[in-house]
Amino acid sequence: MTTETHSTTEHGMSNAGYVRIAAILAAITALEVSTYYIDLGALFLPSLLIMMAVKFVIVVSYFMHLKYDNKLFSWVFYAGLILALIVYGIFLATFHFFS
Amino acid sequence: MTSDSHADGGAHSSTGLSNNKLGMWLFLGSECLLFGGLISTYMLYRGRVGAGPRPSQVFDIPFTSVSSFVLLMSSLTMVLAVSAAHKGDDRNTYLWITVTALLGATFVGGQVYEFTAFYNEGMGFTTSLFSSSFFVLTGFHGVHVTVGIIMLMSIVGIMKRSKVPGSKAETVEMIGLYWHFVDIIWIIIFTLIYLIPA
Amino acid sequence: MAIIERPASTNEVATVATPSSSLGALKRPVATTGWKSWLFTVDHKKLGIMYSATALFFFIVGGLEAVLIRLQLAAPNGKVLNADLYNQMFTMHATTMVFLFVMPMAAGLANYFIPLQIGARDVAFPRINAFSFWALLFGGIFLNMSWFLGGAADGGWFMYAPNSGPIFSPSHGIDFWILGLQLAGIASLAGAVNLITTVLNMRAPGMKLMRMPIFTWMQLVVQFLLLFAVPVITVALFLLSFQRNFGATFFDVSAGADPLLWQHLFWIFGHPEVYILILPSFGIISEVLPVFSRKPLFGYPFVVFSGAAIGFVGWGVWAHHMFASGLGPVSVAVFSISTMAIAVPTGVKIVNWTMTIWGGKLQFTAAMKFAVGLIVLFTIGGLSGVTHSVAPSDTQQTDTYYIVAHFHYVLFGGAVFGLFSGFYYWWPKVFGKLLNEKLGTWNFWMMVIGMNMTFGPMHILGLQGQPRRMYQWTEARAGEGFFNLGFWNTFASVGSLVLSTGILLFLINVVITTRSGKVAPLDPWDARSLEWMTSNPPKEHNFDSIPTVSHLDEFFHRKYQEDASGQMVKVKTAEQVMQELEDNADAHIHMPSPSYWPIVLAAGLPVIAFGVIYSIPIAIFGGVIVLFGAYGWAIEPSTAPDDDFDPPATTKDVVHVG
Repeated sequence: MTTETHSTTEHGMSNAGYVRIAAILAAITALEVSTYYIDLGALFLPSLLIMMAVKFVIVVSYFMHLKYDNKLFSWVFYAGLILALIVYGIFLATFHFFS
Repeated sequence: MTSDSHADGGAHSSTGLSNNKLGMWLFLGSECLLFGGLISTYMLYRGRVGAGPRPSQVFDIPFTSVSSFVLLMSSLTMVLAVSAAHKGDDRNTYLWITVTALLGATFVGGQVYEFTAFYNEGMGFTTSLFSSSFFVLTGFHGVHVTVGIIMLMSIVGIMKRSKVPGSKAETVEMIGLYWHFVDIIWIIIFTLIYLIPA
Repeated sequence: MAIIERPASTNEVATVATPSSSLGALKRPVATTGWKSWLFTVDHKKLGIMYSATALFFFIVGGLEAVLIRLQLAAPNGKVLNADLYNQMFTMHATTMVFLFVMPMAAGLANYFIPLQIGARDVAFPRINAFSFWALLFGGIFLNMSWFLGGAADGGWFMYAPNSGPIFSPSHGIDFWILGLQLAGIASLAGAVNLITTVLNMRAPGMKLMRMPIFTWMQLVVQFLLLFAVPVITVALFLLSFQRNFGATFFDVSAGADPLLWQHLFWIFGHPEVYILILPSFGIISEVLPVFSRKPLFGYPFVVFSGAAIGFVGWGVWAHHMFASGLGPVSVAVFSISTMAIAVPTGVKIVNWTMTIWGGKLQFTAAMKFAVGLIVLFTIGGLSGVTHSVAPSDTQQTDTYYIVAHFHYVLFGGAVFGLFSGFYYWWPKVFGKLLNEKLGTWNFWMMVIGMNMTFGPMHILGLQGQPRRMYQWTEARAGEGFFNLGFWNTFASVGSLVLSTGILLFLINVVITTRSGKVAPLDPWDARSLEWMTSNPPKEHNFDSIPTVSHLDEFFHRKYQEDASGQMVKVKTAEQVMQELEDNADAHIHMPSPSYWPIVLAAGLPVIAFGVIYSIPIAIFGGVIVLFGAYGWAIEPSTAPDDDFDPPATTKDVVHVG
C-alpha cells in the first residue's frame, strides 16, 4: 500500500554505470583465471584472495546498493559475514589448517 | 481517514526502512554462516581423496571460468531489471529478468554437465570425503541458484497478471538481493575451491 | 484483514470487519472466533499463546521422560527401562527440553510481549510468524513420532560420532531427530528475522533503543544469536543426513573423516544456544525485580550491554565443551580464558539484580520468588561453570554427573525459574486472571526443594566418578559412607518426584485459575513497562492509540511524577492513563489479515521429511505442497486494500483470547 512511494533516489547509479562495474568485474575474473596459467610464485595466494575480496565488495556495494543504502543493512550483513570469517577461521585453525 | 494506522506498515517504521528489505538483509547475513560452514567443511576435507581423484585431476578450469562469467553477468542483467522496475518500465523489467533467469539456467546446466563429467571420471558423491564435501557445497549453491530462477520466472508471471501485492519494484529488488548474494557466494567458491589448488 | 472501526468520539466497543473476497486463489479465512480463528490467525498474541501451550505440552513430555530416567536410577540394577530405551529417553529428554520447551516458550513470550512492549500492533511479518509456529509444532510432532516408528534417537542430545552413525544407531530415530530439528531450525530462523525486524522497525514514536524494556532487549540479543547460530547446526544436520541417508562419510573415522568436525559445528551452534536459552529468562527477571522492589532497574545500560556482551563473547567459547577431545594445548588455553571472561558480564547482571533489590520495598509475590530463586540457583550453576573453564579440572568432570548438575542448575534453576517468574507476572495480562498466589508459593518451594534435592547430589555423584548417561548402578560398586552413590542416586530420584509435584501444582493452579480465578485489575502489579498500558487481555489491536514514548519505564512515568521534595508520587491511576489513550483513539486501524498459507506451507515440510526417510516420491509431493503454499502466499497481499472488505455490518466484540 504505502510502500508504493518507495523512492528510487537512493539508487545512485545509471545503467551505463552498472555496465562499467560489470566490465571491471569481468576484467578481474579474467586476471583471476590467468593466475592458473601464469606462475606468480609467492604472490599467487594473496593476489587471488585480494581479487576475490574486491569482486565481493564491488557486487555488494554497487549491485546490492549497500554503498548507497542505509548503514543498518550493511551492519547486519557484514556482522554475519565477519562473524562467519572469525568463527570458521578459528575452527579451521584448531585443525591446523593454516600451518 | 485522518488517523489511519497500519499494524505492519513500513511507512511508519521507526528506522524509516522497509521491513522486507531489512528482513532480507538479515536472512542474507544468516546465510553467510550457512555457506561458511559448508566451505569450511570442504576446506577441511579437500585433501582427503582416498582412492578417488584429487581436485586438480577433475577440475576443468576453462569450463568453470566460463560458467562463472555467465553467473557474474547475470548479476548485471539483474541489476538492470531492478533499475527498470524502479523506473516503472515494465517491458525492460520483464526483459532483463528473463535474461537473468536464462543466464542462471545456463549456469545450472553447466553445473549439471560438470557433475556428470566428474561422475564419469570416477568421482561420485560417496567416492571420498573430498567428493562428498565438494558436491554438498556446490550442490547447495546450485539449489540456491535454482530457487532464484524459480522466483524470477514466477515474478514475471505474477507481475503480468498484475497480482503483485505491495510494491513491484521492491519485490524485484528483493529477489535481486538474493540473486546477487548467490553470485557473491560463487565468487568465493570459484576462487577458494577451483583456483587455489588443494 | 480485519479493519477495526473505532469511532473516535465514543467509547463503543471496536468492531471487526471481515473480508469478503481475496486476491488469492482461495478466499481469505474470515472466522474471528472458534478453532478456525486459531488455525489461520496471524495475530501475534494468539500465536504467542499457541507457542507457549505447545511448549508447556512438551515440557510435560520431557518431564515424564526425566522421571523415567530417575526411576531407572533410583535403585541398584534398575529395571524400569532397558539400555536401549534408556538411551532414547535421555536423548529425547534433552532434545525436548531444549528445542521444544525452553526455546518455544521463550519464543511464545517474545511473540506476545515484544510488540506490546515496544508499542506496536503486531510483528513485522505476521504471516511468517504464523509459519514459524506451525513449522515448530510440526517439527516437534515429527520428532516425537519416532517413538512409534521404530524407536527414538539414541545418540545423546549432542549426537557425537560414531554414535550418530548407522552402525551404532540403525533405527530411524536419528533421522527423525535430524529432520525434526531442521524444521524447528527453520521456525527459529524465520522467527529471528521477524522479531529483529519488529524490534528495529516497529517501535512506537520516541521508543529509542535505550528506552526499550529489558525483556525486549534480551530477546533482541537472543534473536541475533539464533539468526547466526541456526545455520551452523543446519549445516551439521545436513552433513549427518547425507551420511545416514545417502552414503557420505563426513563423520566416519574409518573412512578418514575427522570426528571433531561434528563436535565443532555442533558446539559453534551449541554454545550460543546456551545463551539463547538463558537470556530470555534474564530479561524476564529484569522486568520482575524492579516492579516488586518498587525501584527502577539498577544500571539499565549495564544490563543491556552485558547482555550484548554475553551474546558476542558467546561465540568464542564453544570449544570448552571439547576440552577432553585432544584439541591441543593452544586451543585449550585460548578457550579456557575466553570462558573465564564470559563469567564477567554474567556477574555484572547478578550484581545489578542484587542492587535492584537492595533497599527496595520488596513484595514477595510468586513471580518475585521465582526471580530471586533464579539469582541464587543460577549463581550456583554459574560457579560450577567456572570450575569447568579451568581445563585440568574440566578433564576430571567431563561426562560425569557433575556436568549434569551444572547445566541443570543453570537451565532449570536459571532458564526455567525465569520462565515461571514470567508465568506468574504476565498471566493476568494474557488471560485477565491472577494465578493463585498461595498455590504459587507452594509451587515455588516444591520446585526449589525438589530441584536442589535432584541436582545438588549430582555434584557429589559426578566428582565421585559416576558417568553421565550411565544406565545402571550396582550396590557392589556404590562405595560407602557419605559418598555412597546408591544413597545419593535414590535421594536425587526422590527429589525428582518432589520437583514433579511442584510443577503439577502449577498445572493445578492454571486449572483453578481458569475456572474460578480472581479477575485481574487493570494494573495488578503497579508495573512499569508499556505492555501494561492496555487492557487485560489486550485488544486485538493492542493499543487504541499508539503511545508516544518519552521515558524508559514509560508507563511508570505516566503514573508517577516527582514532587517538590524529589519523591516519586502517584499522580494518575492506570485507568486514567488508559483513558487518555482511548480518548485519542485511532479511528481506522488496519490489522493484518488471517491467512491459510502459513499452515499450508508449513504442512509441506514434515511431508518432505518423511519422504527423505522413507521414499523420495513422498518428498517430492511435500515439495509440491510447499510450492503451492509459496505461490498462494506470494499473490496474497498481507493486508488487503480497503475495497476488499465489506463495511462493518455487525457489531462484534474484538476477539478476546483465553
